[in-house]
Amino acid sequence: MIEARGLIKRFGTLTAVSGVTLRAADGRITGLLGPNGAGKSTTLRMLYTVLSPHGGEAWIDGVSILKDPLEARRRMGVLPHGAGLYPNLTARENIEYFGTLHGLTRSVRRGRAAELIRRLEMDAFADRPAKEFSQGQRVKTALARALVHQPRNVLLDEPTNGLDVMAVRTLRRLLGELRAEGHCILFSSHVMQEVAALCDEVIVIAAGTVIVQATPDELKERAGTPSLEEAFVRLVGIEDEGAGA
Amino acid sequence: MRSVWRVLRKEFGETLRDRRSLFTTLVIGPLLMPALIGVILFMAIRHGAAASHRPIALEVAHAERAPRLLAFLRQYGVRVEPVSDERRQARERVERSHGPLLYVPRDFGVRLAAGKPAPLRLYADESNPAVQGKVRRLGTLIGLYGDEIARLRLVARGLDPQLLAPIALHPIDVSTPQSRAALALGMLSYAILFTMLMSGLYIAIDATAGERERGSLEPLLTMPVKREHLVYGKMLAACAMMLVSLILTVAGFAVALRHIGLDRLGMSVNFGPGVALGIVLGCLPLIPAGAALMTLVASYTRSYREAQTYVGLVLLIPTLPLIFANIMGLRPRTALMAVPSLSQHFIIMSLLRGQPLPPLDIAISVAVTLALGAVLMFFAGRLYRREKLLG
Repeated sequence: MIEARGLIKRFGTLTAVSGVTLRAADGRITGLLGPNGAGKSTTLRMLYTVLSPHGGEAWIDGVSILKDPLEARRRMGVLPHGAGLYPNLTARENIEYFGTLHGLTRSVRRGRAAELIRRLEMDAFADRPAKEFSQGQRVKTALARALVHQPRNVLLDEPTNGLDVMAVRTLRRLLGELRAEGHCILFSSHVMQEVAALCDEVIVIAAGTVIVQATPDELKERAGTPSLEEAFVRLVGIEDEGAGA
Repeated sequence: MRSVWRVLRKEFGETLRDRRSLFTTLVIGPLLMPALIGVILFMAIRHGAAASHRPIALEVAHAERAPRLLAFLRQYGVRVEPVSDERRQARERVERSHGPLLYVPRDFGVRLAAGKPAPLRLYADESNPAVQGKVRRLGTLIGLYGDEIARLRLVARGLDPQLLAPIALHPIDVSTPQSRAALALGMLSYAILFTMLMSGLYIAIDATAGERERGSLEPLLTMPVKREHLVYGKMLAACAMMLVSLILTVAGFAVALRHIGLDRLGMSVNFGPGVALGIVLGCLPLIPAGAALMTLVASYTRSYREAQTYVGLVLLIPTLPLIFANIMGLRPRTALMAVPSLSQHFIIMSLLRGQPLPPLDIAISVAVTLALGAVLMFFAGRLYRREKLLG
């Protein structure tokens, strides 16, 4: 479970995130939806402890990201935006290296890597060096790497960016499976269909604040339209005028 | 601390698969550098040994005007080649051939017979070092001939020829064969330190600019590992790579300098296994400082390319003291042993010269260099905590 209360992040004079409060529950897929520059990535980056907030607090399974970031990281699997691999290592070695850093024993990380390679249909390229990979192969490897320690919480920043249809389907299926296993999944996207197809709950972010957190149906109801896209435009549009974003 | 070891192992293993860093560590260090310096050394020694005995070719215009002088010069190994030229052509000829060319003016014989200074013109392009040496030798020989004539004149007048030699200067060369060789080997410490730093370059850049550029830094920072431990692991991997390079390079030099046959040329270069081990141990303390310095500089750059440029410049910093030492002729002093890289140079040179330094000097070198490495590593670790690192 992921909770945040009043997260604030400034870059110089620009306030990228101004008081984000959210909650992503176990066994659910929560989508962070918002236009470009709304603060989705910054929020996620604070949650996975790469950036430290200027204000507010967040907890991963009740563990404070400020007081015990190492323990919080142990409970998270993270797929950052444009996740890069080590070009001279194979997919399998990339996955196992993160297993090593999580302190998994050799036999455990070998087994996990093999299982993830099978689940993500990576057998064809698992033992090739990563420098030869296509975008889809890179994302799959990065995802497997993020899951090697079987984290309860999975955070993904724009995971479907640059993926072909087949890779997107594999990803969706995997997220569905993880949900069924009771994981808490939080991902960001600006692609409406993505969110509509996957999410149990949607958090709409614009200009650094949460506008609404609700199920897709509630969103449509609240905006008074049967289309999620239309609801999103209406919700964000109102805020946008004021923020000028 | 276990995570430092994990990072180290992965970085070291990955670098072994990188063709560029392997090339630096396995080819440039142990093979190219010793071969290059070996050849330069060999040429320098052969040239130095042979130049003073090689005959000088001397073109002479109007040789018929000074037959006795030329006979004297021939005795001392000068090959006289008469050219029949007018004076204005002599200059043009020398501009092409660089000389030397001796022009004997018409009044040479007359003035010599009259006991007045007899003129000779020696044309040469003295910007050419090979010609410089010849001109110096010719000057000495012609001076010798003049002294001979002067002595005969004094004797003819009943005076003691020793009047002409009020001072007898005897230059005494106290350089031993080892110290002569070590002088020529001055660039050896430069080559060793440079290749050692070079082989740590890729890991040092990769740790920061490289990871950031390919987007692997952010996932790495989500690992349950302290950030400074990540950078310590990377720096230690660079250290391991530099150590491998250092050992291979010194071994390469030991082998190469044996096969040049310096001993045949009267120089016994003292480069046995004991000295090689001493050089490795002497340079060892510089490794952490070098790795940390390169990592620090790379941290401040925006891209891999930029990092390569700046870290490449940083590679020159440790070599600056060596250049100063060579230009200013610095000798090991206790105070200078506190200058990292200069003190390593002195240690290498003292081992090659076979003149051990006082233990205190070596202790200062080791302590100061290691302390600098520790400080730089600490700062690199601190730098890794900054968010700006993500770019």
